[in-house]
Amino acid sequence: MIIELGHFALILAFVLALTQASLPLIGAARGNAALMAVARPAAFGQLIFLLLAFAALMYAFVTSDFSVQVVAANSHTAKPMLYKIAGLWGNHEGSLLLWVLILALFGAAVAGVGDNLPATLRARVLSVQAMIATGFLSFMLATSNPFTRLIPAPLDGNGLNPLLQDPGLAFHPPFLYLGYVGFSMAFSFAVAALIEGRVDPAWARWVRPWTLAAWCFLTIGIAMGSWWAYYELGWGGWWFWDPVENASFMPWLIATALLHSAVVTEKRGALSGWTLFLALAAFTFSMLGAFLVRSGVLTSVHAFAVDPTRGALLLAILGVASGAGFALFAWRAPALQPGGLFAPASRESLIVLNNIILTAATATVLLGTLYPLIREAMDGDAVSVGPPYFNLTFTPLMAVAFLILPFGPLTAWKRGDLTAAGQRLMLAAAAAIIFGLATFALVSPRKALAAAGVALGFWLVFGALAEVAERTRAFRAPGAEVWRRLVGLPRGAWGMTLAHLGLGVFTLGAVFETAWKIEAAEALSLGGRIEVGAYSLTLDSVRTGEGPNYIAERGVITVRRGGREVCTARPERRFYPTGKQTTSEVALCNRGLDQIYIVLGERRAGEGGRPAWLVRGYFNPWVQLIFLGPLLMAVGGLVSVTDRRLRIAAGTKAT
Amino acid sequence: MRRGLVVIAAALCMAAASDPSERLPDPAQEAAAREIFQEVRCLVCQNESINDSDAELARDLRRVVREQVAAGRDPSQVKAFLTDRYGEYVLLKPAFSLGNAVLWLGPFLAVLAGLAFLALRVRRRDLSEGLTVDEEARLARLLEDRDA
Repeated sequence: MIIELGHFALILAFVLALTQASLPLIGAARGNAALMAVARPAAFGQLIFLLLAFAALMYAFVTSDFSVQVVAANSHTAKPMLYKIAGLWGNHEGSLLLWVLILALFGAAVAGVGDNLPATLRARVLSVQAMIATGFLSFMLATSNPFTRLIPAPLDGNGLNPLLQDPGLAFHPPFLYLGYVGFSMAFSFAVAALIEGRVDPAWARWVRPWTLAAWCFLTIGIAMGSWWAYYELGWGGWWFWDPVENASFMPWLIATALLHSAVVTEKRGALSGWTLFLALAAFTFSMLGAFLVRSGVLTSVHAFAVDPTRGALLLAILGVASGAGFALFAWRAPALQPGGLFAPASRESLIVLNNIILTAATATVLLGTLYPLIREAMDGDAVSVGPPYFNLTFTPLMAVAFLILPFGPLTAWKRGDLTAAGQRLMLAAAAAIIFGLATFALVSPRKALAAAGVALGFWLVFGALAEVAERTRAFRAPGAEVWRRLVGLPRGAWGMTLAHLGLGVFTLGAVFETAWKIEAAEALSLGGRIEVGAYSLTLDSVRTGEGPNYIAERGVITVRRGGREVCTARPERRFYPTGKQTTSEVALCNRGLDQIYIVLGERRAGEGGRPAWLVRGYFNPWVQLIFLGPLLMAVGGLVSVTDRRLRIAAGTKAT
Repeated sequence: MRRGLVVIAAALCMAAASDPSERLPDPAQEAAAREIFQEVRCLVCQNESINDSDAELARDLRRVVREQVAAGRDPSQVKAFLTDRYGEYVLLKPAFSLGNAVLWLGPFLAVLAGLAFLALRVRRRDLSEGLTVDEEARLARLLEDRDA
């Protein structure tokens, strides 16, 4: 019964979305306040009904109701509760329900706190948001209904892929979706602004917090996914340029460009057309990602819920939504008021440069991801585009962007002085070069390119600090004044500094780990030892044990450095009878910023017939920075969202 | 029935290439082979290099590459040998060829297009700057208001 209620709630949400998509729009066009007023209760209602539907499905997963098809296909009684819950979004139908729920959540948030928006703009934003919801809800009800019954119900379910049974991955999709779907807000605002025919600094100020919040979630989501790949897949890699990763990365890159160009629109009234374009593009890439992941047109390690019919329908939603958005853009954008002027040497120009590079980088990722399809369609040849391609194209583009980055915040709006900015960055540049040279001289084996990468990372870090020093007059004014200025810095400034700092920290980790990781593998009998860099790993024991839904071989490995014990690692090798799959649970031993990464492999015959286990050890220097960096970026974004100026715009009445 | 999760088939792949039973005795040759592995696709896997995959075919391909390296072939010869057998699909890094010009030049053309667009706009803006003097004044007033 609860399942049917959930189904019914889903249908009601669809009907409300349809109402919200049409009436307020008509009302805004005719100046009819009564029709426009429909938007708000409809948005709340949609959220409530989708919450009910979500709760109903959650109930089915928690109670393992195998008369529901998705539950039977993706859950199992022996699964720990956390993964029963996470199983809800570990499949196509359930994740789509999460998707529309978040869509409604953002809609309701605008309905709730958007008091300061002009009535027509708010009605139109909510209307467009509901149009997107209508598209996805009809898609769900027609092809991917999570409430479909399975009669007769099987005794037990198929289970969730054991690789996905991991806390990191359990919460990865919700964050990712909060990001993806959050960009729908920017899209709706852009379409509404195009209908109104007006884009001004106030509009940019309204749209920025939503984009910023979505961007933070996406940053965290991507970082969590990367972290999961790092320790769950068991070979220490954290980014594979896999189509599914690329699908999440493209909206992130575009949204990053959007955040920057929206600042220009807000502060200087310039680039409004370009900001609109990016706002449309960010959500387009989100939808493109959903299509690529779910349609199965690309082979991927993460491929999930592959079904060509659904793919075609998702492509139709994508085509209609983005097509309409960009057509409207082509029609209305030329009539937009041209914004403020700026000199070639100004912060605006540097941000435009940042946008050009970020957009080109997105185009590169898109090209690399779709190229196998393009070639196949053109001449029938099958080709692969893998990490080596992206390392040769994407990485240099980013390096150029990173070189330019610290100049941005130190250059004035409208008409800046790049020489002056350069002088203020002298110290940062000198420090970065010294650190780069030191890396080259001290770290073996010597790698010039990697040392340059380390210098680039430090350049971002010191560049960000130099900007704070400049704003607070550190080293020039008395301590008390510096402190007063430091405390007085707006949160937006702190947010930017943290985000740029995070990028530098990430760069340092990524370069260092990639260039100087050490790997060793050996089949070890009990008491056997391998050397990984300066560390030695001794296999002390291997015991068999049982988990809730798996059987495990549990190794105990002592890690020593210079004869001194530094930690005890307990890697596991698990066998899940439900799916007949083997996974490995990596053991991580933290040493400052470094990590020793230990994998217990298969059992094989060793010397003299004694059993041996394949043990792999990696020394991953500075690897923690790879995950700390994005965290700093996300924190920076959140700090920035709470800036008073944005809060005024998003919350109370604007002045 | 089994369409929920297309199983991550290559899941068991744990840096398979480092398996000691497969290694070449000469460390320099082994390192060279490992370099090549990273650019060779495991054909039956979802999207992995033979460096990472534990699939049977990846093992075979690693053996082929190691044999070639041990026989003194250089990386380009090894890759040519592989593409002759399996087609261009086997390489994770597409060749720098005319057919792939779009792929390799695309990113840089995108940057150039962006810069050209910027240059064009700046020039057009120069023209308009000369035309609307009062607009400039209005802008200055607005800026003053905001700064105040």
